[in-house]
Amino acid sequence: MQIYLPIAELSVNIFLVLGLGGVVGLLSGLFGVGGGFLMTPLLIFIGVPPTVAVGTQAVQIVASSVSGMLAHLRRNNVDFLMGGVLTGGGVIGSAVGVWLFSLLKDTGHIDLTISLGYVVFLGIVGGFMLIESLPGALKKRPVALALAARGPGRHIWMHGLPLKIRFRRSKLYISALLPAGIGFLVGLLVAMMGVGGGFLIVPAMIYLLGMPTQVVIGTSLFQITFVTAVTALLQAMVNQSVDVVLALLLLVIAVVGAQVGAKLSSKIKGEHLRVALASMVLLVAIRLAIGLVIPPGELFSLSTQLESAP
Amino acid sequence: MSHILCAVLLLLATSTGARAQQQSNALEVPLMADLSSHLIAITSRFIGTDVLLFGATDGPGDIVVVVTGPTRDETVRRKERVGPIWLNTDQVTLAAVPSYYRVVSSRPVEEFVPQFLLNREQIGLANIRILTGDENIPPEQLAQFRSALIRLKTSQNLYDQGIGAINMMSNRLFRAELHFPSNVPTGTYLVKVFLFRGGEVASAQIVPLNISKIGVGADIYDFAHNLAPLYGLLAVLLAAGAGWAASAVFRRV
Repeated sequence: MQIYLPIAELSVNIFLVLGLGGVVGLLSGLFGVGGGFLMTPLLIFIGVPPTVAVGTQAVQIVASSVSGMLAHLRRNNVDFLMGGVLTGGGVIGSAVGVWLFSLLKDTGHIDLTISLGYVVFLGIVGGFMLIESLPGALKKRPVALALAARGPGRHIWMHGLPLKIRFRRSKLYISALLPAGIGFLVGLLVAMMGVGGGFLIVPAMIYLLGMPTQVVIGTSLFQITFVTAVTALLQAMVNQSVDVVLALLLLVIAVVGAQVGAKLSSKIKGEHLRVALASMVLLVAIRLAIGLVIPPGELFSLSTQLESAP
Repeated sequence: MSHILCAVLLLLATSTGARAQQQSNALEVPLMADLSSHLIAITSRFIGTDVLLFGATDGPGDIVVVVTGPTRDETVRRKERVGPIWLNTDQVTLAAVPSYYRVVSSRPVEEFVPQFLLNREQIGLANIRILTGDENIPPEQLAQFRSALIRLKTSQNLYDQGIGAINMMSNRLFRAELHFPSNVPTGTYLVKVFLFRGGEVASAQIVPLNISKIGVGADIYDFAHNLAPLYGLLAVLLAAGAGWAASAVFRRV
């Protein structure tokens, strides 16, 4: 059964979209990852224009992070001041990202930028996951912890920054510029690549800011919720690239998939699945990289302006 | 059978032809033509359609039909290898390009239409007027991008030049099927019908055709483009609501 996506201007098989959304939702529930970094390239593979894939993903991430954030709010696991500063930086990053996105769209480089960005990020994320999950490659210690070994105390330069604020909930007294800067980078990623940025913000909060792990997830979800909401709004306003039909289809099935995945994660031993996920992420990265390198069959491409000339 | 068809077509032509109402005797007009439909509605299930063009002439001659869609600015980009990757390097914006273009004739137009008329009336893919505002583009580069545009449009089934697609009956009646593919752009189309005799335009007629999107998909598209802030806000609220609902539902499970 085909369904017409009005903004992507494309008919797709409804079961294909639901299948993709369900699988990505299941994976995100199993591993606690956002899933945006998988969903966006998969949407591009099935023919959704990259701009629409990125804009629509921002909406979908709002839905999944809202339900996560609410759960953490109930457990009082959110540092609102820290979340607010992160969000402030994130909103600025998102605005810059949407502006850059529109600029690259006009100059014809947006598809390349998105693909290139994904090759780099999926390569890094997939590579780390594979190293972490391969038996013997670790002594039961995640790679990211190696960074923590240096400890936040050594980052002298960052403690010299101005605008110091006391974050009571996180038990920190640090410059507000630091979380704002992290938020900015995440906002940029949301706007340009359609990912929530959890894989960046969570390690940054733990290892760079030194926040207590108890409040990290709740606070990061707080930031992601608001930054993706602002990004979705900006994408809709500036680039008209939010497909509400596609977003609804994906978020309904992904929310269900994520809940099922979360329930399963306590029962399944994740080692093998983690290797499979890492391999899948790397495969997507390689597929995208090949697309950039092989000589295209048609060197020319067309893009039609909406406004017709007189 | 064909006599009955002729009679029906002639009847249709006289009753619906735009000029027929002004003329008491249809045969005084050298050319009359009309379409089986003046409106194509694109729904979410639209897979393309054929529109029948039919008409009558007052004697022998060659019929040429040129269909042009609304004009748009088209940016043509060319990829080049930079290091290991292929990226868009050159681009040329061509102004007022027909979004859709189709010529049908009973035989190759070059055989009976002089070149100056082909240029003036933009008959044939080689004669579409494509301009650029930029004076600095070298002519050979412009020609390259121009032919790329025509090639790409043809591969999207939006440009076509068909020979022999017009059926003539007893030198008086003619009919042609005009194809509109599923990706046809919306707007006002002009169907120009020419009657050529002895290398001259003996008569010409323009029949308008409207193509518009209808249905939920079209409404959503219009909403997203005309009321973008409101659309974005609703999309975000919908997503937040869905997330909240999911967390409420699964808390109880």
